[in-house]
Amino acid sequence: MTLQMIFAGFGGQGVLLMGQLIAYAGMVTGKEVSWMPAYGPEMRGGAANCSVVVSDEPVGSPKVEDADVVVAMNRPSMALFEKNVVPGGLLFYNSSLIDEKPSREDIRVIPVPVNEIAQELESNKVGNMVMLGAVAQATGSFSEEQLADALRHKLGPSKEKFMPKNMEAIRRGMEVAK
Amino acid sequence: MSKQTVYERPSFLTDVPFHYCPGCTHGIVHRLVAEVLSEKFQQEDVIGVAPVGCAVFAYNYFNCDMFEAAHGRAPAVATGIKRSLPEKIVFTYQGDGDLASIGMAETVHAATRGENITIIFINNGIYGMTGGQMAPTTLIGEKTTTSPYGRSKEVNGNPIHVCEMLATLNGPSFIARVSVHDVQNVRNAKRAIAKAFDNQAEKKGFSLIEVLSTCPTNWGKTPEEALKFVAKDMVAEYPLGTFKEV
Amino acid sequence: MNRQMMKGNEAIAEAAVQAGCRYYFGYPITPQSEIPEYMSRRLPEVGGVFLQAESEIAAINMVYGAAGTGARAMTSSSSPGISLKQEGISYIAGSELPCVIVNIVRGGPGLGSIQPAQSDYYQATRGGGHGDYRLPVYAPASVQEAVNLTQKAFDTADKYRTPAMILGDGIIGQMMEPVTMPEYVRPEVDKSWAATGWNASMKRDRAIINSLFIEADRLEVHLAKLEKKYRAIEQNELMVETQFLEDAEFAIVAYGTTARIALTAIRNARAEGIKVGLIRPITLWPFPTQTISDAAKRVKGLLTVEMSLGQMVDDVRIAANGACPVKFYGRSGGVVPGVREIYQQIVSMKEELA
Repeated sequence: MTLQMIFAGFGGQGVLLMGQLIAYAGMVTGKEVSWMPAYGPEMRGGAANCSVVVSDEPVGSPKVEDADVVVAMNRPSMALFEKNVVPGGLLFYNSSLIDEKPSREDIRVIPVPVNEIAQELESNKVGNMVMLGAVAQATGSFSEEQLADALRHKLGPSKEKFMPKNMEAIRRGMEVAK
Repeated sequence: MSKQTVYERPSFLTDVPFHYCPGCTHGIVHRLVAEVLSEKFQQEDVIGVAPVGCAVFAYNYFNCDMFEAAHGRAPAVATGIKRSLPEKIVFTYQGDGDLASIGMAETVHAATRGENITIIFINNGIYGMTGGQMAPTTLIGEKTTTSPYGRSKEVNGNPIHVCEMLATLNGPSFIARVSVHDVQNVRNAKRAIAKAFDNQAEKKGFSLIEVLSTCPTNWGKTPEEALKFVAKDMVAEYPLGTFKEV
Repeated sequence: MNRQMMKGNEAIAEAAVQAGCRYYFGYPITPQSEIPEYMSRRLPEVGGVFLQAESEIAAINMVYGAAGTGARAMTSSSSPGISLKQEGISYIAGSELPCVIVNIVRGGPGLGSIQPAQSDYYQATRGGGHGDYRLPVYAPASVQEAVNLTQKAFDTADKYRTPAMILGDGIIGQMMEPVTMPEYVRPEVDKSWAATGWNASMKRDRAIINSLFIEADRLEVHLAKLEKKYRAIEQNELMVETQFLEDAEFAIVAYGTTARIALTAIRNARAEGIKVGLIRPITLWPFPTQTISDAAKRVKGLLTVEMSLGQMVDDVRIAANGACPVKFYGRSGGVVPGVREIYQQIVSMKEELA
């Protein structure tokens, strides 16, 4: 099994963190993983994206072109990466910010109203967790518990108080993709 | 009649003849530094850094572990040594081209860090080793091989005053300018050098002693004329004294 | 020991600390700034010294000072900063001091880009600064390998009294992968040459850390000594990985991240029945000339892939020595070649040379 993924959006949407959590969850479940950011001026508020590979074999290219999964958190990202989804692959898009539907018909498209759900949860910071839940559910790659482990590791003990809200967001995302 | 030793080679000088030109005051300053070190420290307590310039072979003369640094980089090299061996006394011996031109950044930043090292800075207003080119400290009107019409303010800019500049920083503990053009000044120079090393031993931080020095060969002067040039012309541009003392 | 996700830059820094590096002097530059940042947190915890220097030039000269006292010292930078360090690296090589220099390469020349590149190959493998010298250059292709090679670089540096370089492209520095920190054992090395304070009663001579030999014949003697050392490094320290080479009709030569991208393209080509192999130099100097020379006699063609306009390809051509055609494919300026592009190059090579 090899899962190649691209996460993209604008800086501040937690796109890089989403990728890191998937990679971390992959590592603790015994997979080979890589996480590669497009770095540079992007980190100052422009576009942000990262490639994640989760595999049973040692990872070859850490740069993903033929993606099994593309996650687009805003419109420019979808425009840029829709073409990278392999036929039969998955395109998740933030339907709160993207009013246009993807044009591809040979792929599975999953709209996730990220911002609306985050607002319902009264936290505009958990949008990436909503999307993460949807990705985990639809790909069948990771369970809620595995994501919780990854998140707890990433946040560290000092931010344990943020866990319930984030996990709620992940569960809401999972429901969207069920 | 019993014999009495009144003068001998300090333990911090090797038994190697200096290569300096006749009338050059590098030899005097080497001896002052070596006397101070011999009076205050054991050989194993001290590590020196030689520059690029006329004093490039200082490692042959100072009888302790020595480094030869790239041009201008002696304060950075000394920083690396001192951070690794903080209990050692670390000094650099640099000329005006080395310290005040190519190595100005290293000098200023070692000073502002308060790096606990001692710098002996020889200012003779000329590049001696390379054959008498203009230095950042060359006087206005002074002729050198690269200022054949005399240093011009308009073309070459102004002489740089290292002590005055460094004294504006918070890092240094002791900044002084001395000269070695007569006996009284040689004695003053030794006192200042001694204080600069005492400061380091007391962990007070960065000390720099600027020593006005001669270069009869490249100035085209006799040794005696050269000493007079220091006393009259150089001291006028570079006043002697203590610029900072903490 | 447990695996943990680490960014390449941080993993390199931690590997250095665990290898006993206690002195780090550096200056910020993208894409390697996580190394000084990590060191500034970590070194004080282990009684070491982190110092942000006023410039790359000062940083490498601080390394010169600390390394001259026998300490394990390191600096890091990215391409434009490494150019500034070359003066110091030349002095360190001439003075025979061990230290590690990390170059997380970005596009150049000039200010270039901040994206991953391999365009410092010439500079790294030819010494980089002025004069007759070389230095071992390690090119990791994964974060784990960056860790292992960083520690190895310290050992090689000590063993031969030479600067050693880690040459990683920007991806190696910025990528996160699982890492297991090795149980590092530091080899015993005689450092009685170091300047640590001397008096006449000591067994050693007075230390003079120096690269100046003003008489030509004495410098020639010194260089002959360096030359002997370089021959020993070539003999003992070469590292190269090959994959799918046994039955290969074609082979790709690539290093660092490019080799991994090439490997995926090779796997794809093999799935289509094209017999391609991979030669991945791990040390760029010494260079695996023999491996490539042997392969060149068996395959129909070699393809060198680099993130540059073609630098390592010169060494590949020297090694192949006309035994087979040597093709080149490169992306430059910080653009990372994709799997599809390389796959296409393999197909073209097969069509042309089969």
